Amino acid sequence: MLNNTLIFGLLTGIVLIVSFILDNKKTILGLKKGWKMLFSILHPFLNILILISFVLFFIPDTLIVKYLGANSGWLGFTIAAIIGSITLIPGFISYPLAATLLKQGATYAVVAVFMTTLMMVGIVTLPLEIKYLGKKAAIFRNVLNFVAAIIIGILMGRFM
Amino acid sequence: MNKHLKNYAWVILFIIFSIGSYFIGFKPGVVIYSNFNQFFIEMISFIPLLFVLIGLFDVWFPKEMIEKHIGKESGVKGIFLVILLAMLQAGPLYGAFPVAYILYKKGASVKNIFIYLGAFSSMKIPMLGIEMGYLGIKFTILRTLISLPLFILIGYIMEKVVGKDFEVKEVKA
Repeated sequence: MLNNTLIFGLLTGIVLIVSFILDNKKTILGLKKGWKMLFSILHPFLNILILISFVLFFIPDTLIVKYLGANSGWLGFTIAAIIGSITLIPGFISYPLAATLLKQGATYAVVAVFMTTLMMVGIVTLPLEIKYLGKKAAIFRNVLNFVAAIIIGILMGRFM
Repeated sequence: MNKHLKNYAWVILFIIFSIGSYFIGFKPGVVIYSNFNQFFIEMISFIPLLFVLIGLFDVWFPKEMIEKHIGKESGVKGIFLVILLAMLQAGPLYGAFPVAYILYKKGASVKNIFIYLGAFSSMKIPMLGIEMGYLGIKFTILRTLISLPLFILIGYIMEKVVGKDFEVKEVKA
Protein backbone atom coordinates (compact mmCIF):
# COMPACT_ATOMS: atom_id res chain seq x y z
CA MET A 1 0.00 0.00 0.00
CA LEU A 2 2.64 2.48 1.08
CA ASN A 3 4.90 1.46 -1.80
CA ASN A 4 2.12 1.96 -4.33
CA THR A 5 1.34 5.39 -2.98
CA LEU A 6 5.03 6.21 -3.09
CA ILE A 7 5.34 5.14 -6.74
CA PHE A 8 2.14 6.94 -7.73
CA GLY A 9 3.33 10.03 -5.85
CA LEU A 10 6.74 9.89 -7.50
CA LEU A 11 5.19 9.62 -10.97
CA THR A 12 2.83 12.51 -10.25
CA GLY A 13 5.79 14.53 -9.00
CA ILE A 14 7.77 13.88 -12.20
CA VAL A 15 4.79 14.78 -14.40
CA LEU A 16 4.30 17.96 -12.37
CA ILE A 17 7.95 19.01 -12.68
CA VAL A 18 8.07 18.32 -16.43
CA SER A 19 4.81 20.23 -16.89
CA PHE A 20 6.17 23.15 -14.86
CA ILE A 21 9.37 23.32 -16.90
CA LEU A 22 7.42 23.22 -20.16
CA ASP A 23 4.89 25.88 -19.18
CA ASN A 24 4.59 27.19 -15.64
CA LYS A 25 1.44 29.28 -16.26
CA LYS A 26 -0.41 26.33 -17.72
CA THR A 27 0.72 24.14 -14.83
CA ILE A 28 -0.55 26.57 -12.21
CA LEU A 29 -3.87 26.83 -14.05
CA GLY A 30 -4.06 23.03 -14.09
CA LEU A 31 -3.33 22.79 -10.37
CA LYS A 32 -6.02 25.39 -9.66
CA LYS A 33 -8.54 23.42 -11.72
CA GLY A 34 -7.57 20.18 -9.98
CA TRP A 35 -7.87 21.79 -6.57
CA LYS A 36 -11.32 23.20 -7.42
CA MET A 37 -12.56 19.77 -8.50
CA LEU A 38 -11.04 18.08 -5.47
CA PHE A 39 -12.70 20.56 -3.13
CA SER A 40 -16.09 20.11 -4.78
CA ILE A 41 -16.11 16.33 -4.32
CA LEU A 42 -14.39 16.19 -0.94
CA HIS A 43 -17.59 16.17 1.11
CA PRO A 44 -19.45 13.55 -0.98
CA PHE A 45 -16.31 11.36 -0.72
CA LEU A 46 -16.10 11.82 3.05
CA ASN A 47 -19.82 11.06 3.42
CA ILE A 48 -19.32 7.79 1.52
CA LEU A 49 -16.39 6.83 3.76
CA ILE A 50 -18.52 7.48 6.85
CA LEU A 51 -21.36 5.38 5.43
CA ILE A 52 -19.02 2.47 4.57
CA SER A 53 -17.45 2.64 8.03
CA PHE A 54 -20.89 2.01 9.51
CA VAL A 55 -21.81 -0.71 7.00
CA LEU A 56 -18.57 -2.60 7.68
CA PHE A 57 -19.18 -2.45 11.40
CA PHE A 58 -22.29 -4.55 10.82
CA ILE A 59 -20.49 -6.92 8.42
CA PRO A 60 -17.16 -7.68 10.18
CA ASP A 61 -14.42 -9.90 8.69
CA THR A 62 -15.23 -12.79 11.02
CA LEU A 63 -18.79 -12.91 9.73
CA ILE A 64 -17.61 -12.83 6.10
CA VAL A 65 -15.17 -15.70 6.68
CA LYS A 66 -17.88 -17.71 8.45
CA TYR A 67 -20.38 -17.46 5.59
CA LEU A 68 -18.01 -17.57 2.62
CA GLY A 69 -15.56 -20.18 3.89
CA ALA A 70 -15.41 -23.92 3.24
CA ASN A 71 -18.48 -25.70 1.80
CA SER A 72 -20.39 -22.48 1.39
CA GLY A 73 -21.49 -23.54 -2.13
CA TRP A 74 -24.04 -21.55 -4.13
CA LEU A 75 -25.35 -19.88 -1.00
CA GLY A 76 -21.82 -18.63 -0.31
CA PHE A 77 -21.52 -17.49 -3.93
CA THR A 78 -24.78 -15.54 -3.65
CA ILE A 79 -23.86 -13.96 -0.31
CA ALA A 80 -20.42 -13.04 -1.68
CA ALA A 81 -22.02 -11.35 -4.70
CA ILE A 82 -24.47 -9.42 -2.52
CA ILE A 83 -21.99 -8.25 0.13
CA GLY A 84 -19.46 -7.38 -2.58
CA SER A 85 -22.05 -5.32 -4.46
CA ILE A 86 -23.20 -3.33 -1.46
CA THR A 87 -19.88 -2.45 0.10
CA LEU A 88 -16.65 -1.04 -1.11
CA ILE A 89 -13.52 -2.24 0.67
CA PRO A 90 -10.12 -0.82 -0.25
CA GLY A 91 -7.62 -3.24 -1.79
CA PHE A 92 -5.27 -3.35 1.16
CA ILE A 93 -8.09 -4.78 3.30
CA SER A 94 -9.95 -6.85 0.70
CA TYR A 95 -6.94 -8.75 -0.70
CA PRO A 96 -5.68 -10.04 2.65
CA LEU A 97 -9.31 -10.94 3.42
CA ALA A 98 -9.58 -12.85 0.11
CA ALA A 99 -6.35 -14.71 0.85
CA THR A 100 -7.74 -15.65 4.27
CA LEU A 101 -10.95 -16.90 2.64
CA LEU A 102 -8.96 -19.20 0.33
CA LYS A 103 -6.96 -20.54 3.28
CA GLN A 104 -10.21 -21.21 5.13
CA GLY A 105 -11.36 -23.35 2.21
CA ALA A 106 -13.50 -20.94 0.19
CA THR A 107 -13.71 -21.79 -3.51
CA TYR A 108 -12.07 -19.66 -6.19
CA ALA A 109 -15.50 -18.90 -7.61
CA VAL A 110 -16.66 -17.38 -4.30
CA VAL A 111 -13.46 -15.37 -3.83
CA ALA A 112 -13.50 -14.15 -7.45
CA VAL A 113 -17.14 -13.05 -7.36
CA PHE A 114 -16.54 -11.33 -4.01
CA MET A 115 -13.50 -9.42 -5.28
CA THR A 116 -15.01 -8.45 -8.63
CA THR A 117 -18.32 -7.20 -7.21
CA LEU A 118 -16.35 -5.25 -4.58
CA MET A 119 -14.42 -3.49 -7.31
CA MET A 120 -17.02 -3.15 -10.05
CA VAL A 121 -20.41 -2.74 -8.35
CA GLY A 122 -21.10 -0.13 -5.68
CA ILE A 123 -24.53 0.32 -4.15
CA VAL A 124 -23.16 2.49 -1.35
CA THR A 125 -21.53 4.78 -3.92
CA LEU A 126 -24.56 4.76 -6.26
CA PRO A 127 -25.89 8.19 -5.14
CA LEU A 128 -22.53 9.75 -6.02
CA GLU A 129 -22.37 7.86 -9.32
CA ILE A 130 -25.88 9.11 -10.21
CA LYS A 131 -24.71 12.69 -9.64
CA TYR A 132 -22.05 12.20 -12.29
CA LEU A 133 -23.58 9.81 -14.82
CA GLY A 134 -27.32 10.30 -14.30
CA LYS A 135 -29.77 7.76 -12.91
CA LYS A 136 -30.22 5.58 -15.99
CA ALA A 137 -26.54 5.18 -16.88
CA ALA A 138 -25.45 4.62 -13.26
CA ILE A 139 -28.02 1.92 -12.62
CA PHE A 140 -27.36 0.21 -15.97
CA ARG A 141 -23.61 0.27 -15.37
CA ASN A 142 -24.03 -1.40 -11.98
CA VAL A 143 -26.46 -4.03 -13.28
CA LEU A 144 -24.24 -4.93 -16.26
CA ASN A 145 -21.15 -5.06 -14.05
CA PHE A 146 -23.02 -7.28 -11.59
CA VAL A 147 -23.83 -9.73 -14.40
CA ALA A 148 -20.22 -9.56 -15.60
CA ALA A 149 -18.97 -10.26 -12.06
CA ILE A 150 -21.17 -13.36 -11.83
CA ILE A 151 -19.77 -14.61 -15.16
CA ILE A 152 -16.21 -13.89 -14.00
CA GLY A 153 -16.87 -15.74 -10.72
CA ILE A 154 -18.24 -18.82 -12.47
CA LEU A 155 -15.44 -18.93 -15.07
CA MET A 156 -12.76 -18.43 -12.41
CA GLY A 157 -14.25 -21.36 -10.50
CA ARG A 158 -13.98 -23.49 -13.65
CA PHE A 159 -10.45 -22.55 -14.67
CA MET A 160 -8.56 -22.16 -11.38
CA MET B 1 -20.04 29.81 4.96
CA ASN B 2 -23.51 28.46 5.67
CA LYS B 3 -23.41 26.33 2.51
CA HIS B 4 -20.07 24.78 3.49
CA LEU B 5 -21.39 24.07 6.96
CA LYS B 6 -24.37 22.28 5.42
CA ASN B 7 -22.15 20.28 3.04
CA TYR B 8 -20.01 19.07 5.89
CA ALA B 9 -22.89 18.43 8.31
CA TRP B 10 -22.41 14.64 8.25
CA VAL B 11 -18.66 14.97 8.64
CA ILE B 12 -19.06 17.27 11.65
CA LEU B 13 -21.66 14.98 13.23
CA PHE B 14 -19.35 12.01 12.67
CA ILE B 15 -16.41 13.78 14.33
CA ILE B 16 -18.59 14.61 17.36
CA PHE B 17 -19.84 11.00 17.42
CA SER B 18 -16.27 9.64 17.30
CA ILE B 19 -14.90 11.95 20.00
CA GLY B 20 -17.95 11.25 22.16
CA SER B 21 -17.55 7.47 21.69
CA TYR B 22 -13.90 7.72 22.67
CA PHE B 23 -14.62 9.59 25.90
CA ILE B 24 -17.54 7.53 27.12
CA GLY B 25 -15.89 4.28 25.93
CA PHE B 26 -18.65 3.38 23.43
CA LYS B 27 -16.94 0.43 21.67
CA PRO B 28 -18.94 0.29 18.40
CA GLY B 29 -18.26 3.98 17.90
CA VAL B 30 -14.53 3.43 18.34
CA VAL B 31 -14.55 0.49 15.87
CA ILE B 32 -16.49 2.53 13.31
CA TYR B 33 -14.00 5.37 13.69
CA SER B 34 -11.06 3.00 13.17
CA ASN B 35 -12.77 1.72 9.97
CA PHE B 36 -13.16 5.30 8.81
CA ASN B 37 -9.55 6.06 9.64
CA GLN B 38 -8.31 3.23 7.40
CA PHE B 39 -10.43 4.42 4.47
CA PHE B 40 -9.47 8.00 5.07
CA ILE B 41 -5.76 7.16 4.90
CA GLU B 42 -6.31 5.36 1.61
CA MET B 43 -8.25 8.29 0.21
CA ILE B 44 -5.91 11.03 1.35
CA SER B 45 -2.87 9.15 0.06
CA PHE B 46 -3.99 9.05 -3.57
CA ILE B 47 -6.88 11.50 -4.16
CA PRO B 48 -4.82 14.73 -4.08
CA LEU B 49 -2.33 13.16 -6.50
CA LEU B 50 -5.14 12.05 -8.79
CA PHE B 51 -6.50 15.59 -8.93
CA VAL B 52 -3.09 17.05 -9.73
CA LEU B 53 -3.07 14.73 -12.75
CA ILE B 54 -6.69 15.53 -13.69
CA GLY B 55 -5.96 19.26 -13.58
CA LEU B 56 -2.81 18.89 -15.70
CA PHE B 57 -4.63 16.61 -18.14
CA ASP B 58 -7.31 19.28 -18.50
CA VAL B 59 -4.90 22.06 -19.46
CA TRP B 60 -2.49 20.05 -21.60
CA PHE B 61 -4.78 18.00 -23.81
CA PRO B 62 -7.03 19.99 -26.12
CA LYS B 63 -10.52 18.76 -26.92
CA GLU B 64 -9.78 18.12 -30.62
CA MET B 65 -6.92 15.83 -29.71
CA ILE B 66 -8.91 13.73 -27.22
CA GLU B 67 -11.88 13.60 -29.58
CA LYS B 68 -9.65 12.35 -32.38
CA HIS B 69 -8.01 9.62 -30.29
CA ILE B 70 -10.81 8.36 -28.05
CA GLY B 71 -13.89 9.97 -29.61
CA LYS B 72 -16.68 8.44 -31.66
CA GLU B 73 -14.52 7.56 -34.66
CA SER B 74 -11.55 6.25 -32.70
CA GLY B 75 -12.10 2.48 -33.12
CA VAL B 76 -9.80 -0.15 -31.63
CA LYS B 77 -7.01 2.33 -30.98
CA GLY B 78 -9.37 4.39 -28.82
CA ILE B 79 -10.32 1.34 -26.78
CA PHE B 80 -6.66 0.46 -26.31
CA LEU B 81 -5.83 4.02 -25.20
CA VAL B 82 -8.58 4.30 -22.55
CA ILE B 83 -7.63 0.91 -21.11
CA LEU B 84 -3.99 2.00 -20.92
CA LEU B 85 -5.00 5.29 -19.27
CA ALA B 86 -7.10 3.44 -16.69
CA MET B 87 -4.35 0.92 -15.94
CA LEU B 88 -1.92 3.70 -15.07
CA GLN B 89 -4.15 5.09 -12.33
CA ALA B 90 -4.79 4.26 -8.69
CA GLY B 91 -7.58 4.31 -6.13
CA PRO B 92 -11.16 3.02 -5.77
CA LEU B 93 -13.83 3.44 -8.43
CA TYR B 94 -15.42 6.60 -7.06
CA GLY B 95 -12.16 8.38 -7.89
CA ALA B 96 -12.76 7.56 -11.57
CA PHE B 97 -16.01 9.52 -11.90
CA PRO B 98 -14.31 12.94 -11.97
CA VAL B 99 -11.93 11.55 -14.61
CA ALA B 100 -14.95 10.33 -16.59
CA TYR B 101 -16.28 13.88 -16.42
CA ILE B 102 -13.08 15.32 -17.89
CA LEU B 103 -13.01 12.65 -20.63
CA TYR B 104 -16.64 13.41 -21.47
CA LYS B 105 -16.00 17.15 -21.56
CA LYS B 106 -13.11 16.57 -23.95
CA GLY B 107 -15.22 14.52 -26.34
CA ALA B 108 -14.52 10.86 -25.48
CA SER B 109 -17.18 8.48 -26.81
CA VAL B 110 -19.77 6.92 -24.48
CA LYS B 111 -18.40 3.46 -25.23
CA ASN B 112 -14.86 4.47 -24.32
CA ILE B 113 -15.95 6.20 -21.10
CA PHE B 114 -17.54 2.96 -19.86
CA ILE B 115 -14.63 0.81 -21.00
CA TYR B 116 -12.45 3.24 -19.06
CA LEU B 117 -14.60 2.83 -15.93
CA GLY B 118 -14.48 -0.97 -16.27
CA ALA B 119 -10.71 -1.06 -16.67
CA PHE B 120 -10.32 1.45 -13.83
CA SER B 121 -12.40 -0.72 -11.52
CA SER B 122 -10.23 -3.81 -11.73
CA MET B 123 -7.21 -3.50 -14.01
CA LYS B 124 -5.13 -0.75 -12.42
CA ILE B 125 -1.47 -1.75 -12.39
CA PRO B 126 -0.81 -0.84 -8.72
CA MET B 127 -3.80 -2.99 -7.76
CA LEU B 128 -2.80 -5.92 -9.97
CA GLY B 129 0.51 -5.89 -8.11
CA ILE B 130 -1.23 -6.33 -4.75
CA GLU B 131 -3.53 -8.96 -6.24
CA MET B 132 -0.59 -11.04 -7.48
CA GLY B 133 0.99 -10.83 -4.04
CA TYR B 134 -2.08 -12.15 -2.24
CA LEU B 135 -3.89 -14.36 -4.75
CA GLY B 136 -1.13 -15.41 -7.12
CA ILE B 137 -0.14 -14.65 -10.71
CA LYS B 138 -2.45 -17.23 -12.27
CA PHE B 139 -5.54 -15.85 -10.50
CA THR B 140 -4.67 -12.26 -11.44
CA ILE B 141 -3.93 -12.91 -15.11
CA LEU B 142 -6.93 -15.20 -15.58
CA ARG B 143 -9.28 -12.70 -13.92
CA THR B 144 -7.94 -9.87 -16.06
CA LEU B 145 -8.25 -11.89 -19.27
CA ILE B 146 -11.85 -12.87 -18.50
CA SER B 147 -12.80 -9.34 -17.39
CA LEU B 148 -11.40 -7.40 -20.33
CA PRO B 149 -13.75 -8.63 -23.11
CA LEU B 150 -16.69 -8.19 -20.72
CA PHE B 151 -15.73 -4.54 -20.09
CA ILE B 152 -15.50 -3.88 -23.81
CA LEU B 153 -18.88 -5.55 -24.32
CA ILE B 154 -20.36 -3.42 -21.50
CA GLY B 155 -18.98 -0.32 -23.26
CA TYR B 156 -20.85 -1.24 -26.45
CA ILE B 157 -24.06 -2.08 -24.57
CA MET B 158 -23.93 1.18 -22.57
CA GLU B 159 -23.51 3.16 -25.78
CA LYS B 160 -26.61 1.44 -27.20
CA VAL B 161 -28.66 1.92 -24.03
CA VAL B 162 -27.80 5.47 -22.92
CA GLY B 163 -25.81 6.72 -25.91
CA LYS B 164 -28.12 9.44 -27.22
CA ASP B 165 -28.94 11.44 -24.11
CA PHE B 166 -25.86 10.59 -22.08
CA GLU B 167 -23.92 13.27 -20.28
CA VAL B 168 -21.49 13.34 -17.40
CA LYS B 169 -22.18 16.22 -15.04
CA GLU B 170 -19.71 18.16 -12.99
CA VAL B 171 -20.40 17.74 -9.30
CA LYS B 172 -20.11 21.12 -7.63
CA ALA B 173 -19.65 22.04 -4.00
